[in-house]
Order: sequence, then structure tokens, then C-alpha cells
Amino acid sequence: MPFIVLAPSLAASFIYVFVFTIWTFYISLSDSSLLPTYGFVGFQHYISIWANQRWQIAYSNLFLFSALYVVFAILIGLGLAIAIDQRVRGEAIWRTIFLYPLAVSFAVTGTVWAWLYSPNAGIEFFVRNLGWTDFTFRLTTDRRLAIYAVIATGIWQSSGFAMALFLAGLRSVDPDLVKAAQIDGAGMFRIYRKVIIPTIAPIAIAVTVVLLQFAIKTFDLVAALTNNGGPGVSTTFPATYVYDLMFQRGQIAEGATAAILMLAALAVVLVPYALWLVWRRRAESGHG
Amino acid sequence: MVDAAIRATIDDAAASAAARRHFAGRVGVYAFLTFFAFIYVLPLFVIVANSFRELPEIIQNGLIGFPHSFSFKAWSTVWNSYCVGGTCAGIQHNFFNSLEMTIPATIISTMLGLLNGYILSKWRFYGSEVIFTCMMFGVFMPGQISLMPWAFILGQVGLANSITGLVLIHCVQGVSFTTLFCRNYYINIPDDLIKAARIDGAGFWRIFFKIILPLSPPILIVTVIWQFTGIWNEYLFGVVFTAGRAQPITASLVGMATGGTNVRVYDVMSAGVLIGAIPPLLIYFFGGKYFVRGLTQGAIK
Repeated sequence: MPFIVLAPSLAASFIYVFVFTIWTFYISLSDSSLLPTYGFVGFQHYISIWANQRWQIAYSNLFLFSALYVVFAILIGLGLAIAIDQRVRGEAIWRTIFLYPLAVSFAVTGTVWAWLYSPNAGIEFFVRNLGWTDFTFRLTTDRRLAIYAVIATGIWQSSGFAMALFLAGLRSVDPDLVKAAQIDGAGMFRIYRKVIIPTIAPIAIAVTVVLLQFAIKTFDLVAALTNNGGPGVSTTFPATYVYDLMFQRGQIAEGATAAILMLAALAVVLVPYALWLVWRRRAESGHG
Repeated sequence: MVDAAIRATIDDAAASAAARRHFAGRVGVYAFLTFFAFIYVLPLFVIVANSFRELPEIIQNGLIGFPHSFSFKAWSTVWNSYCVGGTCAGIQHNFFNSLEMTIPATIISTMLGLLNGYILSKWRFYGSEVIFTCMMFGVFMPGQISLMPWAFILGQVGLANSITGLVLIHCVQGVSFTTLFCRNYYINIPDDLIKAARIDGAGFWRIFFKIILPLSPPILIVTVIWQFTGIWNEYLFGVVFTAGRAQPITASLVGMATGGTNVRVYDVMSAGVLIGAIPPLLIYFFGGKYFVRGLTQGAIK
């Protein structure tokens, strides 16, 4: 009985994970253009893609985005968590404020931020109206700066997530340990450094992995914020590149190649993390 | 005597210095939180305010400002008559599309997840751990990998450009999440409970309905909230596999906001964007605790 009940989901997941991946992989090795065809051409798309200027922009954007996004989301998230953990009044209200962006789609938040970044109605307009008439703040219309608008919006959306996890971590720190350290004369800074930070370091790693995963999959944010990679192609990401090649330009094989490279990037992040988790679990059960 | 008095004064001075430092610290903490809270609330404030302001006022005073006018015009326009993708019937179709997609997909994937989690934790068999691990790959797969295969399959079974097709996609994709949540929850239910029931002659379904399901409300709520918000907010599959009136609301909103017109009807679009955000926001404000629980579980496990 159990196996019969499990079978449909199992079959569906199997097809979804393995058949679809192999299928897309095969398309990436084919001569598909407007429609998928199955003439085998080998790995030539995997070589030619690195010479494609747009793909170069896409992956360098991904590196820049990932680095700044992860670092600042963690720093801000940790800062907020520590502040909220100081027994502030209205804790639930603060938490609700910092987490709500996560409940809402980027189709919503990306659109609103696009307006706020726009010079003739948003933040620039507002500050100029306050009297600072040569204030300029036009991230999304500048090819060099647009990527920072994407990064800032990403950080805005995800810091709350880091905060929630860090706050849970701070709450799990043994209060007796902190008291003992205080009695020994350790200052607040020292206590954070020696007692609390080590306890929440595993959380920082988990947050990093999850955020890197978000970063690699970044698509709706860019679609809503900079109209799929604008201005020009300056905010192209791997995910928007896949979409564009498959559905706008009819270069399906190249699109599939980029999709497989996205999967490879995810594997680079997730496989070491999974191994680390297994290793840690072994180590823990070994000790006790 | 004098000595004691001096000591008391010194203590007092030290205490008040500490209190001052403490006070400064408190102010710092609140200032820090308020600064970030301002940035966080600003976008929400902007769309809520602008959905009630009139367009000339927005154009003149900018998006950031307190409303001087108040009307519901933008709401009725965007709901009933705004032109999206060639038809001028508002976004109500897209809103209902999203409901028609999200509700069945949430129910089906959650039910499957409950059963799968139950089996993979309480009816383990040779290879069930391997099966669980394989299903988990589905959690991390980027949607882009599945676009071409889905396009082919949906075309073959006649579900291209339909909400039913999206329901199918979200069920298959969602089942790995729901299975993960439920399995990790059920693993903490003592096996002895199940063993005792089996000795009493209870079968697979009886144990599920009499023991497992009554213990499930906490994980049920987490899973439903997670699936509902995730599917409602999903954009990629919506924009790839549907067009025009068949699109879910996320896809139509992005199409609207980035569409060709140069004149930005901020009032109408604010109302539209807000309509797209209301269902997940309501769930978040009323079920926030469970939403956060889902986040932390989804992230760490």
C-alpha cells in the first residue's frame, strides 16, 4: 500500500528531476534553433557561449551580485537581529516590517522599486523637491549603475530572511553561558565574539547557501526592475539569458546550454554544503 | 561614616554613568531599527498611498508624498477596464487565474506531501532514504532546466496557455517541498505510537487518519502557507507558458509595468500591484508565525 501511494509523486519527481535535466542537457548538445531538434552537435555551444558578450555580462553580473548581496544581506540581517534581541519594545512589529518583502512577489516589489529609482517621479524627484536641486539618483537608467539597483533591491528583500534566521539563532544561545561570561568580566563585545558568534556561525553558512541559491535563480527581480536586463543588456543574468535565448530569440540550444550551466553553478554551491552537513552530523553523533 | 558617604557618591556617579551609557545604547538601537524600518516600509507606503491619489497630483508632487486627494477610481479602473495585453477588461481575470492556479495546486501538493512524508518517515523500506534524497533535488532545481520539457509536454497534452497546465507544473514542483516539510515533521513522532497501532491491527490508512493527521495541524499550516505564497508569487512559468488573459497576476503585472507605453499611470498601476500583493500579504500578516517557521525549516533542513 505505501508504495502504491508514493508511486505517482515518485514518478513525477523522477521525471522532473532526472528526465527533464537529461532532456535539457541533450537539447544543449543539439542543433536546435527555433524549435527543439535533435541533430547532435556535441559540446560546441558550451565553447561558443563563453565568447558571447552577453553571457560574459550575465555571469560577471552574477558574481558581483552574489558577493555584495550575500555579504550585505547577512550584515544587515545580523545587525537587525542583534538590535531586536536587545529586548526592544514591539518586537513583533519590527520583525513584521523587516520580513514582509519576502512574502510578496518581485513582480510587486521590483515594480515599486523601479518607480522609486526612476528620476522623474521617485527618490531623486523627492529630494530635489526638498530643495537640493542638483541631487542625482538615477541608478536604473545608467548602464554602469543599474546592476547596483538590482543588488540593493535584492538586499532589501532578503535581509529580513537573514534577520529571522539569526534571531532564531541568538535565541538558542544558552543564557547561562552568557551569564557565566558576564560574571567572568567579559564585556558585551567580547561575549558576542566568543560566545554568540560561534553558535550562529552555522546559521551564517546556511543563510549564505540559501542566498547564493536565490542569486543564481534571480529572474523575476530583474524582469520587473530593469525590464529583463536593461538598460541595454547591462543587467543580464544567467536566468534572464536563458529566457531570452529560448523564447525571444529562438536559440533554444544556446538557452539550454545556459540553463545547464546554471544547474552546474547550483551544484557547485549545494554539493559541498550537503557534504558538510553530512560530515557535521556524523561528527556530532560520533561525539555523543 | 564620611568614607561610606564618599563611597556612595562614587557608586552613584558610576551608576548614573552606566545609566547614561545604557540610555545612549537604547537610543542607538531604536535609531538603527527606525532607519531600516523606514526603508522597508517606504515601498509599501508608496503603493498604498498612490493607489488612492489622483494621477495629476502624483505627476506634480512625485511618488513619495502624503495624499492630498483621495479616490477609489484607480482601483475600479485597474479591476474592470484597464488594458492589459490587448484586452481592456482589467486585471480581474488575471487575479482569478491566480486563484484558480494557486488553490488547487496548493491543496494537491500539500495532500501528496502529507502522504509522502508519512510513508517516508513511518513506512520506510529498502531504498526509501535514497528515494527521499532524489526527491529533494526537486527543491533546488532551477525552473529554467524544465522549461523546454514542460513546453513539449504541455503542448502534447493540450494544456499550453492554460491555468491547468500551470497547476500541473506547480504540483510536480511543489511536491518535493511539501514532502520535505512533512517528512521532517513526522520523523519526530515516536515510532512506538505507530507500532502500537499496528499491533492493534490498524492499517496504513487508519494510522494516517487516526494518528498522523490529528498531529499534523502545525505542519499543515506551514505547508499550506508556504505553497500558497510561493505559487501565487511565481513568475517564470506564468510568463513563459501563458499569454494575455490567461496569465496569472504576477505575469500580467510585470507586463503592465514594463510595457511599451511611456505614460506611467502610477495611480492605476499602484492599485494593480497592490491587488497582486494583497493575498500573500494577508496570509503573512495573519499567519506570520507559520510563515517564518516555513522559512527557517525550508532553509536549514
